[in-house]
Amino acid sequence: MDFSFTEEQMMFREQIIRFAKKEIVPRVQEHDLRGEFDFQSFRKLGDFGILGLHFPEELGGSNADVVTSVLAGEALGEAGVDGGLTLAYGAHTFLCGDTIFAHGTDSQREKYIPKLASGEWIGCMGLTEPAAGSDVAAISTRAEKRGDRYILNGNKMFITNGPVADVAVVYAKIGKDLKHAGISTFIVEKGTAGFSTGKNLIKMGVRASHTSELIFEDCEIPEENLIGQEGAGFLMAMQTVEWDRSALLAPFIGGMTYVLKKCARYAKERYQFGRPIAEFQAIKHKLADIKIFIEAARSLTYRIAWCKDQGRPLNHLEAAVAKLFIGDWSLKPANDAMVLHGGYGYCHEYEVERYFRDSRLAPIGGGTSEITKMIISKLI
Amino acid sequence: MNILVCLKQVPDTETQIKVAPDSKSIVTDNIKWVMNPYDEYAVEEGLRLKEKFGGEVTIIGVGPTRVTESIRTALAMGADKGILVDDPALTGSDSLGIAKILAAVIKDLDYNLILCGKQGVDDDYGVVGSNLAELLGIPQISIVLKLEVSEDGSTVKAHREVEGGILVIEAPLPALITAQKGLNEPRYASLPGIMKAKKKPLDVKTISDLGLDAGQVGESGAKIKIMQITPPEERGAGKIVEGETPQEKAANLAKLLHEEAKII
Repeated sequence: MDFSFTEEQMMFREQIIRFAKKEIVPRVQEHDLRGEFDFQSFRKLGDFGILGLHFPEELGGSNADVVTSVLAGEALGEAGVDGGLTLAYGAHTFLCGDTIFAHGTDSQREKYIPKLASGEWIGCMGLTEPAAGSDVAAISTRAEKRGDRYILNGNKMFITNGPVADVAVVYAKIGKDLKHAGISTFIVEKGTAGFSTGKNLIKMGVRASHTSELIFEDCEIPEENLIGQEGAGFLMAMQTVEWDRSALLAPFIGGMTYVLKKCARYAKERYQFGRPIAEFQAIKHKLADIKIFIEAARSLTYRIAWCKDQGRPLNHLEAAVAKLFIGDWSLKPANDAMVLHGGYGYCHEYEVERYFRDSRLAPIGGGTSEITKMIISKLI
Repeated sequence: MNILVCLKQVPDTETQIKVAPDSKSIVTDNIKWVMNPYDEYAVEEGLRLKEKFGGEVTIIGVGPTRVTESIRTALAMGADKGILVDDPALTGSDSLGIAKILAAVIKDLDYNLILCGKQGVDDDYGVVGSNLAELLGIPQISIVLKLEVSEDGSTVKAHREVEGGILVIEAPLPALITAQKGLNEPRYASLPGIMKAKKKPLDVKTISDLGLDAGQVGESGAKIKIMQITPPEERGAGKIVEGETPQEKAANLAKLLHEEAKII
């Protein structure tokens, strides 16, 4: 087994950290506080090449492998970029962009991927509905074929980038009685008649990403906006899971490294009872626990990325284990980091509370820990 | 237009510097090495001129193998090739020694312009560029904020900041320019740029390849010698200026600045 990164990957990582620290990080606290999407930073991620990293160069990407994409996400977190912006990037690039890239026609790719890679357009993906979360087959958004058009009706819920997206990848059912087999995938552009978005939902964390409902009321789209075949949508949704469990979660792991550095510095600088608190065993244990979480999470995540690069079929068990681990087990180290900072840790200025709030999405978004455990127990 | 950029590798500005037990050097273990920030402006300016006039940008570095990382970074930004002079005899070279080595590399190259950072942020001497120009017998303009090369590529006009204004100087090419912060905004290396850099030529030379001998460079060839390095004094505790009213506080502050700090 080879656990090393190439020189080029390490050089790229350095460049991302430098770029993010200078161009993005100085703006994140303000955007988190106000709950505002940072269009400028998003566009800068595009200019730097992050948004299209794994797409081919002729479509505006950088031809990166999955390990490099995960490394990039981790580096953004490590530089101090908030979970809101990295989530927006993840939903845009992996859930929207990659679905079009992996399953779309050449003309769909040429139309959308360069715009998504540059950040000129923002993408989102709509699968979850008000009454269908973990139970994907229960979605009730319908697509009806009428001549050379599809007519969409229904609502999507908790859609990251919903209010800011220029293009949405939307899952809807064709045929009333079909379950998984009826789910199909469509591209819907902003401004299409019958397509609107709800108001931005106020969230506990990842506040600089915008989230809303997508509403389809007799929304008519041309038939060329179908991605792949009718009924192939369920498999597509499942395939985004690899990205979801690796590149999309990587910034949370990098973020924990950022937080750990803050903790170590604070523990050395903060004096109580005449010595730095780093000398107290309770504090040392917290620092060690955070590091253990980071290393375990990295191993699980890079393994998924490596498997995907090797062209191995998705190992659902490994993906579920990684998702569950990062989601559930980050609670304690994130809490430790905040507690280690005492009263300051509870204040916005010290950033650890932002990380705490942001990381709370991990056991919920993209599949709850409860359903993930069901999957794990079914597979063992 | 062929452009040469001289590059130094320095400790990352965020590194905590520790003085070595000999008091004449620093502890280099665990230091993160980066391209000298002023050299980044030089690289960027070289790339912009290449984009405008065509030609090649060659990066020249002096130092141990680790310097290749910084040269590769410059290649990843878009430079065409690199040359590293790596030789154990270089240890202890002063600025003049480094300039001699660079001059020995450059004398066989075809160039129109040489760009350097105005100084290395490690020892801050700021003289390699001017020494090099002198050894090559070409004009030099230092600490440059803005650079314009004439359309026919025969002259260069450089803007320098001087007390209360801007000084504009013109020189025929070839010339040497040292870059000041503000000359440009250096680009980041992209992933495709990094992948391409892997295949770009990077020659490594020793001083004998350059026709120099050990006595001319390194510690034995140095005209200056480091006697001692001391860390800055630790900052003392702050003082709260007493006073009942703002006026009284201001008066007391003025008194302290005059009598204790002796700065007014």
